Amino acid sequence: MADPTGVTVSTISRLPKLLKIHEAQILKVWMDEQLASLSRRAGLIGDAELRAQSKNFLSEFHKATQSGSLEDISGPQWASAKALLADICRSRAEQGFTPMETASFVLSVRGPLMDRLQQEYGNDAAGLAAEMRSSNLLLDKLALYTAEVALQNRETIIKRQQEEMLELSTPVVRLFPGVLALPLIGTLDSARTQIVMENLLQKIVETEATIAILDITGVATVDTLVAQHLLKTVAAARLMGADCIISGIRPQIAQTIVHLGVELQNVATKATLADALFLALQRNGFSVQRLAKESAGAK
Amino acid sequence: MQTTTSDRLTVRAEEDVVKVRQATRSLAQKTGLNLVDQTKVVTAASELARNTLVYGGGGEVLIEAISDGMRSGVRLTFEDKGPGIADIELAMKDGFTSGTGLGLGLSGAKRLANEFRIESRLGEGTTVVITKWKG
Amino acid sequence: MERIPILRMGDFLLVTIQVDMHDRVALALQDDLTNRIVKNHARGVLIDISALDIVDSFIGRTLANIASMARILDAQTVLVGMQPAVAITLVELGISLPNIRTALNVEKGVSLLRAEVENNIMERDANYDI
Repeated sequence: MADPTGVTVSTISRLPKLLKIHEAQILKVWMDEQLASLSRRAGLIGDAELRAQSKNFLSEFHKATQSGSLEDISGPQWASAKALLADICRSRAEQGFTPMETASFVLSVRGPLMDRLQQEYGNDAAGLAAEMRSSNLLLDKLALYTAEVALQNRETIIKRQQEEMLELSTPVVRLFPGVLALPLIGTLDSARTQIVMENLLQKIVETEATIAILDITGVATVDTLVAQHLLKTVAAARLMGADCIISGIRPQIAQTIVHLGVELQNVATKATLADALFLALQRNGFSVQRLAKESAGAK
Repeated sequence: MQTTTSDRLTVRAEEDVVKVRQATRSLAQKTGLNLVDQTKVVTAASELARNTLVYGGGGEVLIEAISDGMRSGVRLTFEDKGPGIADIELAMKDGFTSGTGLGLGLSGAKRLANEFRIESRLGEGTTVVITKWKG
Repeated sequence: MERIPILRMGDFLLVTIQVDMHDRVALALQDDLTNRIVKNHARGVLIDISALDIVDSFIGRTLANIASMARILDAQTVLVGMQPAVAITLVELGISLPNIRTALNVEKGVSLLRAEVENNIMERDANYDI
């Protein structure tokens, strides 16, 4: 990690020495400052956890600066410090901190460090300026790294939540022995279709259903792509030995389907879920009738 | 893009198509693909390995676990030194076949993968690369 | 080369595919099954693929061919036990096997086959009446 000039920054940096002697003091000041500024969001993280994180970071930071590489944090010397920051990012993302707040964890150590440097250098203004400059750059890099990891975590969490919501929004209900219903709501894109199919087929296996009703009452629009997705689901269910009935077809959707030239061959379609259930029961050999007593009473 | 593990198999006989399926399955499992995605990439591997054997006169398959920092996945590269494909656009159409197949090999494999690339030169051979990402 | 065993259950033949088939094994099954349908006067064929973790276009086509050939030989075919992941993949691949009857498991397959064969006999008897 030699500087092109032949002089490595570490040869003149007093940061490692400072950290070695004053680590406990720096930690104390840093903790006090953090607790004061965090007071608004104190509920998110416990004092003990924050102390442990701060202590670990200072010690990793110390170790890495000792290795002499104060400019480039991509080297192996910084691997362990970065791993710790990534860990902190993960737990803070779960706790609800924003990426900015997480990055400011790293930046907040700047104050206590600079104070120490100032005391250390005393009247050597030139030396202090150089040291401040390199330390600031270093902390900026670490903060940027932290922000990046925090953002990535956030994206991962958002993606996972989206998936969970997708699954929640596609329930498969058992209407009658051997008959399943899938009330589809919203849009039916290919990601959604994938989950619908997986849920439906799994439920067919579990319940040994022979008929599945796909109810599209809640599907806003049916275009060629949505129709294709519906037909794929029907085909996959049939390969498993279950027939599908599509119900909840509004007049407008019937018109669109015909205009688009989509053929719903071999798929029974019904206007309402109730009609579809009647057909399903019929196919499974059941009939529905009003009890004689009640029908007499009704008249 | 980073390759974590890789495995190279030759495709010279029908038994090799089965071996390509098995190697793809085991790497897809290790990479953490869910069961449906595993099944999709193994099926695509089967189609492409058969193409390599039947139309390319045999060749090689490179099976890699890859990662681009944010996500990980499985990448398969099928290479043959066969006659090549004259009209790739036509060959990619559902139902097109120059042999005895259903004509779903290339187009089907493309639908089953997340990324698909094909290069072919007449008289020199064909390379097909597919990637299936986790999640 | 390994061959897939074919079991006889009364009027029906039962095939359980348990190996990761390469193409020649699939073609041999096609040969063996058509021969056995004729030899045993089988009225129905049950193919259990619950142990198969993939069905590609070649296996799919072989299964469809077997069903068509059986029909010509006056036997009904029911495919049972396809795994959900296999069904999803097959549909994505562009294969829906429209001419094959399907059932969730062997038990349901057998009752479907019974119903189909009975139907068939009734239809034939009706035709003789004319």
